[in-house]
Amino acid sequence: MTKERGDLLQGTLDMLVLKALQLEAMHGWGITERIEQWSEHVLQLGQGTLYPALYRLERQELIRSEWRTTENSRRARYYSLTRQGRRQLETELAQWQRTSRAVNQVLAVTAP
Amino acid sequence: MRWIRESWLRLRSLTRIDGIEHGLDEEILFHIEQQTDKNLRAGLPPDEARRQAYVKFGGVEQFKESARDEFRPVLIQDSLLDLRYALRSLRRAPVFTLVAALTLALGIGATTAVFTVVHGVLIKPLPFRDSDALVSLKHTSKDVGGGPPVGICLSLFLTYARENRSFEQLGVWSRGSEHVTDGVLPEEVSTLNVSAGTLRALGTQPAVGRWFSQDDQAPGSPETVILMDGYWARRFGRDPAILGREVAVDSRPRVVIGVMPAGFQFLDEAPDLVLPVRTDPKTLTLGGFNYEGLARLAPGVTAEHAGADLGRAIPLWVEAWPSFPGIDRNEFRQVTPLVRPLKQELVGNVGRMLWVLMGTIGIVLVIACANVANLVLLRAQDRHQELAIRAALGAGRGRLARQMLAESLVLGLLGGGLGLLLASAGLGVISSLGPAGIPRLREITLDPTVLVFALGLSLGSALLFGSIPVARFGGRRLALSLQAGGRGSSDSRERHRARHVLVVVQVALALVLLVGSGLMVRTFLALRAVPPGFTDPDHVQLVRVTLSEAQVGDAERVLRVQRDMLDRLATIPGVTDVSFTGNVPMAAGERSRSTIYREDAPAGSDGSPPMRWFRYVAPGFFRTIGTPLVAGRDFTWVDLEGYRPVAVVSENLARELWRDPRAALGKRIREGDGSPWREVVGVVGDVHDDGVHREAPSIVYWPALMETFQGQEVNVRRAVTFAIRSGGAGSETLLAQVRDAIAGVEPDVPLTRVRTLGEVYGRSLATTSFALVMLATAAGMALLLGVIGIYGVIAQAVAQRRREIGIRTALGASRRELQVMFVRRGLTLSLAGVACGLAAAVALTRLMASLLFGTSPLDPVIYVLVPLGLMSVAALASYVPARRATRIDPVQALRGE
Repeated sequence: MTKERGDLLQGTLDMLVLKALQLEAMHGWGITERIEQWSEHVLQLGQGTLYPALYRLERQELIRSEWRTTENSRRARYYSLTRQGRRQLETELAQWQRTSRAVNQVLAVTAP
Repeated sequence: MRWIRESWLRLRSLTRIDGIEHGLDEEILFHIEQQTDKNLRAGLPPDEARRQAYVKFGGVEQFKESARDEFRPVLIQDSLLDLRYALRSLRRAPVFTLVAALTLALGIGATTAVFTVVHGVLIKPLPFRDSDALVSLKHTSKDVGGGPPVGICLSLFLTYARENRSFEQLGVWSRGSEHVTDGVLPEEVSTLNVSAGTLRALGTQPAVGRWFSQDDQAPGSPETVILMDGYWARRFGRDPAILGREVAVDSRPRVVIGVMPAGFQFLDEAPDLVLPVRTDPKTLTLGGFNYEGLARLAPGVTAEHAGADLGRAIPLWVEAWPSFPGIDRNEFRQVTPLVRPLKQELVGNVGRMLWVLMGTIGIVLVIACANVANLVLLRAQDRHQELAIRAALGAGRGRLARQMLAESLVLGLLGGGLGLLLASAGLGVISSLGPAGIPRLREITLDPTVLVFALGLSLGSALLFGSIPVARFGGRRLALSLQAGGRGSSDSRERHRARHVLVVVQVALALVLLVGSGLMVRTFLALRAVPPGFTDPDHVQLVRVTLSEAQVGDAERVLRVQRDMLDRLATIPGVTDVSFTGNVPMAAGERSRSTIYREDAPAGSDGSPPMRWFRYVAPGFFRTIGTPLVAGRDFTWVDLEGYRPVAVVSENLARELWRDPRAALGKRIREGDGSPWREVVGVVGDVHDDGVHREAPSIVYWPALMETFQGQEVNVRRAVTFAIRSGGAGSETLLAQVRDAIAGVEPDVPLTRVRTLGEVYGRSLATTSFALVMLATAAGMALLLGVIGIYGVIAQAVAQRRREIGIRTALGASRRELQVMFVRRGLTLSLAGVACGLAAAVALTRLMASLLFGTSPLDPVIYVLVPLGLMSVAALASYVPARRATRIDPVQALRGE
């Protein structure tokens, strides 16, 4: 089972976190799991890097957090998007799509 | 703006720091456990599952640290660092620090001082409960003409008390003076005569004892008095057993029933005793507006409503009371009540002047900030190299900007602290400068509001002058300058632009202030040029002497005693003239007025008889103060002692009534229906009684002793002011001689209101002189700062272009050419400033139009002279450093590089 390993582009982690939270509130571990699943395990998070990112996003008021109990009745901190976070996600997605399309086009050009 | 929001969020997270720190541990633990569980489910043995979980997470402590960094108030820690760094680098540049801090201190101090006055006088509510509901009651009447409104009379007060539906409390008050005679020395004290409603309206209670009741106001009840705290302390040493003691006021015993609290301040009055106003409705008539009305509005009632409500009571009042002797009661139908907020009444028209001053001083502060910005810019230029290196070593833009701001902040606070000291010193000067012109001076203090204002001012200025260098040097161009070898010659033009703009702004603002103070100077000169109606007032000594009924009973004897005093005063060496009057010209609040009937124009034929000011005088009074006799003659002692019905009128009254001063002689006038006609024997020059900035009011002079005047059988002045013309006026020597002369006739009479006529005259100019002094000071500061600004820019240009100058000189440029080059730059900048300043001045001086006299806000003389003067000063300021350019030795300059 050889899998290509994707290093996260700088700055994309925040976007991925926002994306992961788009549908529902989740705790930190849940977010790493979600991202790995969605990327079919291409994107392997150094899980620790997630937390500074979460705190950063919370400080910027893009996400908010609250303590809840999990199904296994453990206390965990759940993060969810703020309205500002949703807006930010939209702009970043649009930006990302523009950039990646452009990059793909460049790469698609065959050498003369 | 983003960093402000950022730091706010970080600051806010400070309060949650414990919760987050604790939560972080728990959260990571939870994460590891979840991962371990997953690994277990995948079939790993427990130890391995946990190990793998940790591996996958990465360095726990490291991430914790960087997570903490995200919320920990890094900025605060960094800021402390920045602050320490700022202090250290300021200490290393003591001259810069001193100059910048002092400049700021000047600006902040002056602004704070003036704000303190504005706050104390205009903004702060009066020191009474719910003071917005307090109103003053005044009255106007058509007859009064353009004169100021008058107060209230007792019959009207009683009518209002019964009829009004607008007031919670209603009272009247007046100021007076009485003799207290039971001590060792007889003394004259100031009294406040009040009805019970007055202090009830204010919501104040005596500190000891009780307030006046209705009984105290009824005639025939025991006479009572309330002491002011100061008098209680001065005369009775705060004797706790004061209640019930008797004080002989005007030789009649009064029982002390209370003492007012120490902090009690009744408007601008400074009484010693509070006496009840006694009203006997049986003796009251219409008229006699000698009291001030004060009321507290009922909830929900406005001053306008109250005015309309009182207006309805006027006809009732006219019908209910007997008319004033000799006056047709219909005259009183025209009386119109005027209800105004008490504060507005008290503050009067100094509001505009104070706001102009506030704006002026604000401009000085902006100029001071511009100067400091210039200094900071210079310093940043000098440290360009250092900043560039630090930027190259990885200091972020924000970090560098913060450090520069921190320095400005420290400077701002330093300047603010020094400024507060200056302000408190300046307030002392202000209260000694303008005691006559400005109300509520006693309420002016450096209170918390002022401190907050000063702090805000310091921080605001710091941001103002601190953000300019940040904008100039916070940029990414820093890296470039390293390449330029630090000579900084390539981009110097651009870097100068900021400083040039600052200089233009400074010159423009300085011009505005100079124009403003120029207009005030013109105003002051114009006022001084108006002949007040008397001459050389500094050599006229005034003292007031009151003869109580206990001392001299008989009215005729009063005049005899006064004449004896005059005779003695006349023998004092150096005294050239001496006389007395019932009230002093130009001394506000010392006059009365009445209707004047003409024999040759019956009342009603040309409208109602006009209300006129009048003044009682003794023979020789006009000569003593220097009022010229226009026609006819002065009063004589024969007139007075023979009760001859005579009068003297002012020139403008004579012209108004009879067209010509000479035509007035022999005409007859009187003050009431039942009085004898009195012949006009003289016409004298006009006296500017309302101040020289107003038209001189027309006035009638009556002899100091008359028969059948205003319903009184014999009318004599018991309180008179002696006017003594002498070169020694105002000196202790003369005063001692005057005291001896008076005491030689009547031993127990105190001298009060000791002053010269010059002081009275000066006081009438007090508001203008105060505004002049303040504006001139502000303009002087602005000019100085502006000159320093120009000088600094040129000097800096010379210093930076040493190399160029060296080369030019070496290539044969003449000294003159070089000088012209630099002076021209200074003049170009100033010219730009003057142009902007003229435009601003035209717009801004309109605001001070109401302060001006004898000139207009667009006075051409000022608008020519001030720019010319400013330009020549600017030329000088650029010539001095330009001359230095020519002394540069080319060899030295080139080698220095």
